[in-house]
Amino acid sequence: MSRFFATRAGVWSGFGAAALVLFGAAPLLLSGFRLGLLAQFLCYAIVAVGIGLAWGRGGMLTLGQGVFFGMGAYLMAMHMKMADAEFRNGHGAVPDFMELAGIRELPAYWVPFASPVFTIAMILVLPTGFAVLLGFAVFKRRVKGAYFAILSQALAGAFAILLIGQQSMGGFNGLSRFRYFFGYNLDDAVNQQMLYFIAAGVLLVVVAVALQLRRSRYGELLVAVRDAEERVRFLGYDAANIKVVAYAAAALFAAVAGAIFVPVVGIISPASIGIVPSIMFILGVAIGGRASLVGPVVGALAVAWAQTALSEQFPSAWTYAQGLLFIVVIALLPGGIASVAALTKRFQAKSATVEAAA
Amino acid sequence: MDLLVGQLFTGLSTGSILLLAALGLSLTFGQMGVINMAHGEFIMAGCYTAYVTQQVVGDAGVSLLIALPVGFLVGGAMGLVLEWLLVRHLYQRPLDTLLVTFGVGLVLQQVARDVFGAPAVNVTVPEFLRGGVDLLGTAVPKTRLFILALAVVAVTVVALVLRFTAAGRRIRAVVGNRDLAETAGISSRAVDAGTFFIGSGLAGVAGVALTLIGSTSPTTGQSYLVDAFLVVVAGGMGRIKGAVVAAVALGTFQAVFETYSTASLAKVGVFVVIVVFLQLRPQGLFTLRTRSLA
Amino acid sequence: MTTALTCTNIHVDFDGFKAVNGVDLTLDRGEVHFLIGPNGAGKTTLVDAVTGLAKYSGSVVKDGVELRGKKVHHIARRGIGRTFQTATVFEQLTVAQNLDIAAGAGRSPWSLLRRRTVLPDNVVAVLEQIGLAGQAQTPAGILAHGQKQWLEIGMLLVGDADVLLLDEPIAGMGHEERDTTGRLLHEIAETRAVAVVEHDMDFMRAFASRVTVLHAGAVLASGSVDEVSNDPRVQEVYLGASHEQEAIDAATA
Repeated sequence: MSRFFATRAGVWSGFGAAALVLFGAAPLLLSGFRLGLLAQFLCYAIVAVGIGLAWGRGGMLTLGQGVFFGMGAYLMAMHMKMADAEFRNGHGAVPDFMELAGIRELPAYWVPFASPVFTIAMILVLPTGFAVLLGFAVFKRRVKGAYFAILSQALAGAFAILLIGQQSMGGFNGLSRFRYFFGYNLDDAVNQQMLYFIAAGVLLVVVAVALQLRRSRYGELLVAVRDAEERVRFLGYDAANIKVVAYAAAALFAAVAGAIFVPVVGIISPASIGIVPSIMFILGVAIGGRASLVGPVVGALAVAWAQTALSEQFPSAWTYAQGLLFIVVIALLPGGIASVAALTKRFQAKSATVEAAA
Repeated sequence: MDLLVGQLFTGLSTGSILLLAALGLSLTFGQMGVINMAHGEFIMAGCYTAYVTQQVVGDAGVSLLIALPVGFLVGGAMGLVLEWLLVRHLYQRPLDTLLVTFGVGLVLQQVARDVFGAPAVNVTVPEFLRGGVDLLGTAVPKTRLFILALAVVAVTVVALVLRFTAAGRRIRAVVGNRDLAETAGISSRAVDAGTFFIGSGLAGVAGVALTLIGSTSPTTGQSYLVDAFLVVVAGGMGRIKGAVVAAVALGTFQAVFETYSTASLAKVGVFVVIVVFLQLRPQGLFTLRTRSLA
Repeated sequence: MTTALTCTNIHVDFDGFKAVNGVDLTLDRGEVHFLIGPNGAGKTTLVDAVTGLAKYSGSVVKDGVELRGKKVHHIARRGIGRTFQTATVFEQLTVAQNLDIAAGAGRSPWSLLRRRTVLPDNVVAVLEQIGLAGQAQTPAGILAHGQKQWLEIGMLLVGDADVLLLDEPIAGMGHEERDTTGRLLHEIAETRAVAVVEHDMDFMRAFASRVTVLHAGAVLASGSVDEVSNDPRVQEVYLGASHEQEAIDAATA
């Protein structure tokens, strides 16, 4: 099976099947409400693909993906709040939550977000650029492993706290109650379905990009850096550059996911991007298989689905389950579900000669 | 002048809280390289120890004095169990240890929620720690002074134990060179377990002390954890001295920054300072330079 | 025979401990130059210094360019390759992938982002030279110990290193493998400078073109195998280490 998916035909049929499910079966079989939920889960899956790349292939445990997710989400939310305000009260109007907070004047940094083009450009550039800057600052000085993990986690904490303190960014409550998404009414079921299609399409694109990165020479190099960073340096590479690329790609994926998340879910607040949500992004990736391509997607979808199904009915049990999943999966099955197939195959073919996939 | 003294004291006080929370981490993370994300929940366990002790004993002063050693034992026992059940199997996988212990933390938080309820509980501050004392014209809360003193005592005891007792020498030997220590007949298993016991016990003590200045909820520990980790990162691996300097420095920085800005910006400021600082000293404040093992 | 690398007055200081204390060393192309000395003599630290891992004072010049203060990867790009005491290869990648990575330090970002379609010619040639042509698609992690060390040398070759600093390249090898390695080193050294940090005296005697003895961070003696073996100071230094003493005795008998 896995051998087949390594071939060109296998890749295309894999993508074809995924497209068939996402664009054909799901909209046919699921109600509007469930399709909306699925769109939300797909956003988490997009984040997970990036984490798989940075952590699974690159060895960088990024516990702060909420920052990039949040940046994308807030940038999109700012535009949507501006557009709503303009629709209600004309050009230059102050968004509703600011009126409630007593802010009469539109803060200067909000103004350019009236433009959809500027907003999309910022979503693509700002989080990625920030990741590049931070990545250079950290990786050039060979801060890695646990130190990097803790720094990225502290970043998520600082970012959430910063947002809570900003009344002009919605503070603790965040930004919510959106009516229009680039002119499309969000109450309309057709437009909700369009958002789902966008999320599904973006997920396929992101998986394709990750696949290309993995199979390229860069992908081999990234694994080499993960396993023996010093060695790579002694071969004449600047390991920091290699790591920054994967880190920035993961940031970009997370930012795009955040930007789609906002119109789909209708709210973004510090509570969904801080330390705990950031580390929760990791859970699905770990369960699915950090180093595999599809594993993180499957894991993220499964965790998100379980969360929705269980957390309201059995909040206590769900938290225990989350904790135990972290413990059991990471301690006993570090390769995730993706490694189960490989393990059983190895068990069956124990006496056979070991062949390596090139 | 008043302002300066006030800020300096606030800085020292914030630093001493950070230090209490970070001291145990400095042992387990700094010396053993184990990232225990459940450390915050051990602090939380210390908080609830103080709470339960006070429910049982009644008198606030007596219960505080009882809770300090009991908190040490509670935290230490939890640490021992964690080390024995999970951590010892994962010594070669530090990042995985981080995630596994985060899972443990989640479970412990939920246990606290199920046992004590989600709303915060409060511990009564003993009579002799209420109010403040006048220090160079600034009123300083006695609870803060108590925590400062406790931090100093804890650091001193840990430093003395590490330096002058046989157990401490063993710990330092294993930290310095695990294989060599083994050949010298030191059981690194026992040392690891012992270090974890002490480090986690200190978290329990920190938890007891923190009930004097704040209320206790299942997520109490979490709020201290990231800052405590930053202290250890900035202080450098395996250096108690580094943790002390870093805690005081970060505490002071945060206190001063808060005066001129907001608490939320201060957090961001601390993060920026640490990233910039790591540009200058990627290994933290104090490190032992040795022949590198590439 | 041309000089490839000149080290002058190298000092390495670890918080007051002088690991290397004023070493002068030249490496010539065409030579297999052995660095020997008791444990703690500063052999590996000297290699660390030259390759940019350890801070030092003094000067290291390769082909007229001063290397001190350059970053590790810049020094590597200047054609200085090293191996480690414990063979460090990328265990999850195949032998061919290992070599391809080692050959590609100068690749453009664009070519990095694409798939490798065929193995570069120099990779194919080196696979043959280090005797791993049959294992090109084997994950490096399951290679035998000796094969890993050959792969590591091969990685330096495809990377066009012309100064090779090898740290105990025959550790853990059997007799036959040692001889193969020794012959490989001489083949490589025809156009390159090869320095070998080694404890094995038999191997040293069989394959050294030149020997430098380090002791307590300084050069004790340098010259041919015979010159060094007959040096009374060298014999004295090795008195403490018994098996090495026997080796020297055997050499001088």
